[in-house]
Amino acid sequence: MNNKGVDQSKRQFLTSALTVVGAVGTGYLAVPFLAQMQPSAKAMAAGAPVEVDLSKMEPGQLIRVAWRGKPVWILNRTPEVLETLKTLDNELRDPLSVESIQPESSKNPARSIKPEIFVAVGLCTHLGCSPTFRPEIAPNDLGDKWKGGFFCPCHGSWFDLAGRVYRGVPAPTNLEIPPYRYITDTLLVVGESAEEASA
Amino acid sequence: MKPSRITECNEWILARFPLTKLWNEHMTHYYAPKNFNFWYFFGSLALLVLVNQILTGIFLTMNYKPDAKLAFDSVEYIMRDVNWGWLIRYMHSTGSSAFFIVVYLHMFRGLLYGSFKHPRELIWIFGMLLFVALMAEAFMGYLLPWGQMSYWGAQVIISLFSAIPVIGDDLSLWLRGDYVVSDATLNRFFAFHVIAVPLALVMLVFLHIVALHEVGSNNPDGIEIKDSKDPWGHPVDGIPFHPYYTVKDIVGVAVFMLFFATVIFYMPEMGGYFLEHANFIPADPMKTPEHIAPVWYFTPFYAILRAIPDKFAGVIGMGGAIVVLFLLPWLDRSPVKSIRYRGGIYKKALALFVISFLALGYLGTQPATPTATILARIFTAIYFGFFLLMPLYTRWEKTKPVPKRLTTVHSLEEQLPALIEEITVLKPAATEIGHTAFKGSSFTRQPNPEGIRNVITRLVKKAIGSLD
Repeated sequence: MNNKGVDQSKRQFLTSALTVVGAVGTGYLAVPFLAQMQPSAKAMAAGAPVEVDLSKMEPGQLIRVAWRGKPVWILNRTPEVLETLKTLDNELRDPLSVESIQPESSKNPARSIKPEIFVAVGLCTHLGCSPTFRPEIAPNDLGDKWKGGFFCPCHGSWFDLAGRVYRGVPAPTNLEIPPYRYITDTLLVVGESAEEASA
Repeated sequence: MKPSRITECNEWILARFPLTKLWNEHMTHYYAPKNFNFWYFFGSLALLVLVNQILTGIFLTMNYKPDAKLAFDSVEYIMRDVNWGWLIRYMHSTGSSAFFIVVYLHMFRGLLYGSFKHPRELIWIFGMLLFVALMAEAFMGYLLPWGQMSYWGAQVIISLFSAIPVIGDDLSLWLRGDYVVSDATLNRFFAFHVIAVPLALVMLVFLHIVALHEVGSNNPDGIEIKDSKDPWGHPVDGIPFHPYYTVKDIVGVAVFMLFFATVIFYMPEMGGYFLEHANFIPADPMKTPEHIAPVWYFTPFYAILRAIPDKFAGVIGMGGAIVVLFLLPWLDRSPVKSIRYRGGIYKKALALFVISFLALGYLGTQPATPTATILARIFTAIYFGFFLLMPLYTRWEKTKPVPKRLTTVHSLEEQLPALIEEITVLKPAATEIGHTAFKGSSFTRQPNPEGIRNVITRLVKKAIGSLD
């Protein structure tokens, strides 16, 4: 005990020091709790590639497979569809897919390795609904401008049959193309890119 | 005389815990304005619904399984096989809609009588935090049945966070705990829904009431009753909360329960508005339902999101619609609180706001056709106009003089006899054989068209007159 009264500056220093040390400690303690909400090792490992047999696909047919829990579409496009796709550039937000996600091998106007076989993740780039496949031309509910494509029922985004987004709809970019490659002419594997396989 | 056992017991407790002091401070000596009207039922009703949600929720967790493979079937199990499970589940699901109805009316009361204004800004902020926590609670609860609407609703709302620049994608991945909404998401939403958010709600209710009891309740006249006190220091226009308002609130509770029970027993799905039809189909990550819409209480904000044709701006608009409510105490520059003494501009603005809120709520349930989108844009503009132009129009408007003391409004019961006299006419009752009766007692009241017309014209004139 001293009788000189309280040393306010020393008391202030000790309070500040303890606050800082406590805050740092709390910060470190928060890390495991926050990190445990990240995808677990099991969820990360679940992204195994999926093989798809194309030999029985009809022209114009769409099949859905699950990859990493997401719907992946494989669409067999007819020559007429591929012709229509070339005429749409003016109505699209990103016709050359500059700002969109796709493997290098699919960065072309048809957005695919083989022009007729289109592969895409079937989730809208706006808020993740799965758009509906509407191949018909100018149906009543979508109007005369509709040239066949994918329509998102949630917020009304339009995509053409190469998954390219139209202007003036909420979706910001084209549909994502997953990495995929051909093992044989009619056997496709989703989840492995052509670039990785050739390297 | 020897004190009885009960008195001894009481004294033992009171020496250790301020039971009487707390009871007096918050009930028998808490003076509330004497002129509370219909709009003042909804605070206590919100508390009642919260208790309902917590109690029914506890019993639901006894049979619910937060697992993507089991969740949907466990809800059906509760509905079909658990004793009284259907009742407890419907009490919980109807309770969530009732919660929002009651809270929206409670908030509208605040807009009517300026309950958010000085010195009650903090009560409003705590209330808004409660509203946000309630929305989080309802949203996470809606995922648990694991139906199609649960799944895709959660997918859309979590994807909202991905619109935030730079950190968005990582943030939504962290929230989901997987690349898509999955078992991990369901399990954590269950944890938040039954522990984290209810705790936050209860704590915020506590803060909301502590802040309220510190400054005292507002009232339909928007006058501070503490400004005129009697010689004993009690507000002249105040009455003790207990027994006066506890008894009044019991009447409100009885009427509320009548409606609540009607919905639970006769229309628990409310035509697809309280429990959506698509949610009776198990979640399918491969296919979005043709038409998805959130539950009715989110549709006004959802319509704002859809109205804006840009992903990030849409999310900002939706969030902004809620953030702007927090700022209300500082946007309103009017010197008077209650709508009774405000000018016509605020009355018109508030009417437009209510119309646009209801219209947005309706549009949010409908598919996004081009016409609906344009309408939603107009109503979104009005919604934000109400708040953002408020600093201007509340400063300009001509307010009426505010009285020093509470005014008395004749209650409907007092006015009723005169009103009946006016809209009916006394006619002698016809006897069975068609002769008019001679006895004075056999007169009947018939509607009087002229009187009804007079009453309606008077009401319309009064309504129009009050807008200036």
